Amino acid sequence: MNLLEFLLHHRQEVFELTLEHLFLVAVSTGIAILIGVPLGILLTRKPSLSKPILGFANIMQTVPSLALFGFLIPINLYFFHVKILGGIGARTAIVALVLYALLPIIRNTFTGINGVDPAIREAGRGMGMTDRQLLFQVELPLALGVILAGVRVATVICVGTATIAAAIDAGGLGRYIFRGLRMNDNVLILAGAVPAALIAVAADVLLGYGERTIRAGNVARKGLRKLIWTTAAAIAVLAIGSVIFVYSGTSGDRIAVGSKDFTEQVILGELLAQAIESKTGLRVERRFDLGGSLAHEALVAGEIDTYVEYTGTALLAILKGQPSADPQEVYRRVQSEYANRFKVQWTEPLGFNNTFAILIRGNDAQRLNLKAVSDVAKVSARWRAGFGQDFMSRQDGYPGFAKTYGLDFAEIREMDLSLTYRALAEQQVDLIAGNSTDGLIRHYRLVQLDDDRRYFPPYDAVPVVREATLAKHPELRDVLRQLGGILSVDEMRELNYSVDGEKRAAKDVVREFLVRKGLMADGNRGSEK
Amino acid sequence: MTADMSIEFHHVSFRLPDGRALLSDLTLEVQRGETLVLLGRSGSGKTTTMKLINRLIDPTAGEVRVEGKSTLEWDPIRLRRRIGYVIQEIGLFPHLSVEENIGVVPRLEGWETDRIDARVRVLLSTVGLDPDRFAGRFPAELSGGQRQRVGVARALAADPPVMLLDEPFGALDPITRRDIQQEFKTLQERLQKTMVFVTHDVREALLLANRIGLVKDGKMALLGPPSELLQSADPEARAFAACVADGEFPGSAS
Repeated sequence: MNLLEFLLHHRQEVFELTLEHLFLVAVSTGIAILIGVPLGILLTRKPSLSKPILGFANIMQTVPSLALFGFLIPINLYFFHVKILGGIGARTAIVALVLYALLPIIRNTFTGINGVDPAIREAGRGMGMTDRQLLFQVELPLALGVILAGVRVATVICVGTATIAAAIDAGGLGRYIFRGLRMNDNVLILAGAVPAALIAVAADVLLGYGERTIRAGNVARKGLRKLIWTTAAAIAVLAIGSVIFVYSGTSGDRIAVGSKDFTEQVILGELLAQAIESKTGLRVERRFDLGGSLAHEALVAGEIDTYVEYTGTALLAILKGQPSADPQEVYRRVQSEYANRFKVQWTEPLGFNNTFAILIRGNDAQRLNLKAVSDVAKVSARWRAGFGQDFMSRQDGYPGFAKTYGLDFAEIREMDLSLTYRALAEQQVDLIAGNSTDGLIRHYRLVQLDDDRRYFPPYDAVPVVREATLAKHPELRDVLRQLGGILSVDEMRELNYSVDGEKRAAKDVVREFLVRKGLMADGNRGSEK
Repeated sequence: MTADMSIEFHHVSFRLPDGRALLSDLTLEVQRGETLVLLGRSGSGKTTTMKLINRLIDPTAGEVRVEGKSTLEWDPIRLRRRIGYVIQEIGLFPHLSVEENIGVVPRLEGWETDRIDARVRVLLSTVGLDPDRFAGRFPAELSGGQRQRVGVARALAADPPVMLLDEPFGALDPITRRDIQQEFKTLQERLQKTMVFVTHDVREALLLANRIGLVKDGKMALLGPPSELLQSADPEARAFAACVADGEFPGSAS
């Protein structure tokens, strides 16, 4: 399917994501204007403040966006019982986007006003204008072009950064980009990137036109000026309105199911969601695609009620414990630690272990007769390896792995996990560390080498639930019990392949699976799709 | 005596925060309806003197009185609205039309629109610009001379008793300047306002002044009618007098 076909076929969804994106950008830019312009004006009055304030805004700009999002999630800030910061979703994304948009607006307001010809300012003062009159009747109108240039830069920054906001479930066109990266699907990536780029270009051209008209504008047409002030006022009203909307829209009696940001997790999230929906009739809110450890943070913060975690991940990445090869022991340890520290329960394991899989191309395996990881030692000096950032940095990742097996690769390329499969298939690397349940293993005819020295800890997939949620909805316990042992590694690989390889919707794949397992009546079928 | 005095300086000094003195011990007075021209080289302290009158700066010593009241006792905003101000670089607001520029002070004073419109038309005619042609233009669409006329009209807008003019014709070409000086003189005789006029052009000073104050290094070197400047033995006065070509005596100041 090419891009155009995709966009036409999914125009409804594309339209919705575009609206979400525009919403994020408009609200963030609007708030940034409301904060940045007055701050910029303040700096012209109290120049001693300009260093700290511009310095702060400068630093905010250099913080990588994903890091900023992650940093904001655990901060729970309340203002009279209204949560203004923290958690996942649009709220946090908007706060982060505002921080990014502030610098150009503050700076341009400051320089715009300071750039007003001193003779003109003196004429105004000499005519008996008060400071306020001078500001509103002379300085601001004359600085408007420069301020608008700042707004233009801020808007373009927001359009770009808002794509990353999808990582914390804030919606927008970034959803397609992340989904596309995860599924190795260029069309999907472009379906997010191209409309986002078009929005950025359109905003740039439109605001650039306004700016030029004003700057050319000693011959300022009054109508245009009015239009700009009106537009600014409208944006401000929109911003305030939507902020109230966002902040008042706290979820009521719903179960929020989360997932991390890769295919298997979305499938498992969908599995939990559909099982809960069909067995309990509770309304389920899906908050999928949470990158990094955001799902865990969201769970602890109460933003979501449940998601599927892996025992090894919990032990090593979250609890920072020592690795262990015994699945039962690992399960027991995370269970008791989670109950103590987070008031979160580990329920029945789903049945499969998604551990690291050391993968090579099938023909290499055959040609060199490689079966186990220890066989790689003899060729590793000539091989290039491709590893995800995660694998490179985690405790049970690369350093221990290389040491255990005595490997020393000619080159190690660090890239996004989802890209390693393609890199391997296209011979850009010769060995990767993938996931044992990955559907792409079958798709690319890859061979998994045996972890013959038992280096990788177990990663059993288990739903984790907040105790508070279980107390409120005891019927959940029953549903989760029924999901125990429901998925083998092969089944998981198959489900993954249906979504990654056959490009089917996770929703449909999961529904069919639950029906097949007798956990859901066939009648639900066909209502959607 | 104060009743007749529009502006008085009593031993006024002005120093910068770094201690440099721009004006020292200046004493003078300007009578109602009189035009005092402050003549001097660049940096002599003429503009500083003027800014003390409308309180853009405050004296570091001594006292400036306007209409019998110390400037420090005046609300600066009220004071400035009673004083028309035309500055070197004209200072027209580039984002406002001619009409709006002239109407600034009346608008600040809360006049009604009809009254402002009527006043603008009268003033444009007064300074020799056709209201129908010029009211809607922007400063960038005017020649230097036209801009200067608008600047004068703007300073006159709220009919202030006092006018401060800081080298208003400095940027004009010699021919335009001569025309506008002549027109200004006619205007001055008709309006009978108290004026303080700063220039470094001795011909302009001789043409427009009732009295000339010669400023040098922040001090008043000479204060008297134009004839006194031409006859004085003061070296600075002689230097300026020498600029006037032999036998030519511009204007009729006496």
